[in-house]
Amino acid sequence: MSFIYRGIRTFLLAELVSGLSLTLRYMFRPKVTLNYPYEKGYLSPRFRGEHALRRYANGEERCISCKLCEAICPAQAITIEGDVRSDGSRRTTRYDIDMTKCIYCGFCEEACPVDAIVEGPNFEYSTETREELMYDKTKLLANGERWETEIAERLSADAPYR
Amino acid sequence: MSEKQIKNYNLNFGPQHPSAHGVLRLVLELDGEVIDRADPHVGLLHRGTEKLIEHKSYAQAMPYFDRLDYVSPQNQEHAFVLATEKLLGIEAPPRGQYIRVLFAEIGRELNHIFTVCAFAMDIGAMTPMLWGFEHREKLMEFCERVSGARMHMAYFRTGGVASDMPDGLADDIDAWCDEFPQMIDDFETLLTENRIFKQRTVDIGGLSAEEAMDWGFSGPNLRACGVPWDIRKAQPYDVYDKMDFDIPVGKTGDCYDRYLVRIAEMRQSLRIIKQCVADMPGGPVKTDNHKITPPSRGDMKQSMESLIHHFKLFTEGYHVPAGDTYTAVEAPKGEFGVYLVSDGSNKPYRCKIRPPGFAHLQALELVSKGHMLADVVANIGALDIVFGEIDR
Repeated sequence: MSFIYRGIRTFLLAELVSGLSLTLRYMFRPKVTLNYPYEKGYLSPRFRGEHALRRYANGEERCISCKLCEAICPAQAITIEGDVRSDGSRRTTRYDIDMTKCIYCGFCEEACPVDAIVEGPNFEYSTETREELMYDKTKLLANGERWETEIAERLSADAPYR
Repeated sequence: MSEKQIKNYNLNFGPQHPSAHGVLRLVLELDGEVIDRADPHVGLLHRGTEKLIEHKSYAQAMPYFDRLDYVSPQNQEHAFVLATEKLLGIEAPPRGQYIRVLFAEIGRELNHIFTVCAFAMDIGAMTPMLWGFEHREKLMEFCERVSGARMHMAYFRTGGVASDMPDGLADDIDAWCDEFPQMIDDFETLLTENRIFKQRTVDIGGLSAEEAMDWGFSGPNLRACGVPWDIRKAQPYDVYDKMDFDIPVGKTGDCYDRYLVRIAEMRQSLRIIKQCVADMPGGPVKTDNHKITPPSRGDMKQSMESLIHHFKLFTEGYHVPAGDTYTAVEAPKGEFGVYLVSDGSNKPYRCKIRPPGFAHLQALELVSKGHMLADVVANIGALDIVFGEIDR
């Protein structure tokens, strides 16, 4: 009997009809597409996006030029030069990240003992030229100022797991 | 009329062809529309990963494994951290092992959703791709919540995982496990019995179990030939020996069987994910040996000893005792192995990567010979070839 049943199903295009009716039903379901850039997906506090150099609340920069991030960076995207400042504290004179080399592994953030370099929530920083992606200290500190509220929120949200 | 000599037609397929799954260049010799010879040219995506790893400390080498098979990065990381752990003679704590198995299975789902859908799209079925990517998006969001990156997680570490799962993630993964079987059913409604799909796949690229083993097949491609070989069962690593799951096998090893095996594996993966979430023990996620894993940030800022450990780990890294190991995991594509030679320093002396895709690609001529030109595309799709790992 089964071959008769199968024959009828084949003749009536049963599997094609059921497939098409399924796609038709999907047509009336709510859409799942996000209308980027007006809608965006969820980002967790751990998201690793554009880098930023942070400052303390009193405006002093955090980075002490210990070069741990430079040492751990698997892509060798970070270049740091440090010197002793006139007040005797050690600070960077140069902090460059080649964003075209960076692989966004987050090791720099993990390595930093003073929470200075962080990978922030920003992922919309595409540029028209390659040169603009060679970030220097000024750009990174500016990023830090721009994103500080979000970064601080993210760090405190994730603090119990670190 | 005089007799005329006809030469076989040579066709250059790829490397920019959308169904070449990346940068595969195939030189095809066609007799009419029948394949006489299929000669894959590899190396267009070669980045020298193995050589690069020789110049990186063990911790730095780990992110490179994400970038091999970029469809399921977690499973590659898993192989490397297991190899390093074996040389170091340490083991991750139970919770770390459970999290690793959980995300390795999420990687398998990511891979099989992509493969099944891309395979269907290669042979003309557009819809599964559009639906499947919704669920891939959800899985990548889980990855992002746990590690901070959607694809290149860099989450597994020697001695455990980078950090614990955030609150609520386990429940969300569990909820997803309940909704996803509906999507697998929908894939099957569209594809499994569909006559167009079956005409393009049944008896295309069939292999016997012997041939498959001769050519070094592993994973779903080998199981589709009827060999129930799965490293998760044969040589369980982490907590796979505590998991209850079946190994789906096929019969003929053709494209259709490979598709069916992957669909069945998705369901088995869901079982493992559910068990991981249900049985997840508490406790630390990485070993407390701070010569290998960095101390917590709180400790590092309070205690001098922890700070020293932190500095040592992020500059010099850890030294691995001299020795060598071949450690393989069951990646979604097959046996992914890492042969690691250590000379006792902080960098691997040699790191040979055994990608499953390479063995599968070399059999492309075997499975395509005698079939039509259009079947090459079906074969590439069903063999599940990704160039990140083949060219490495």
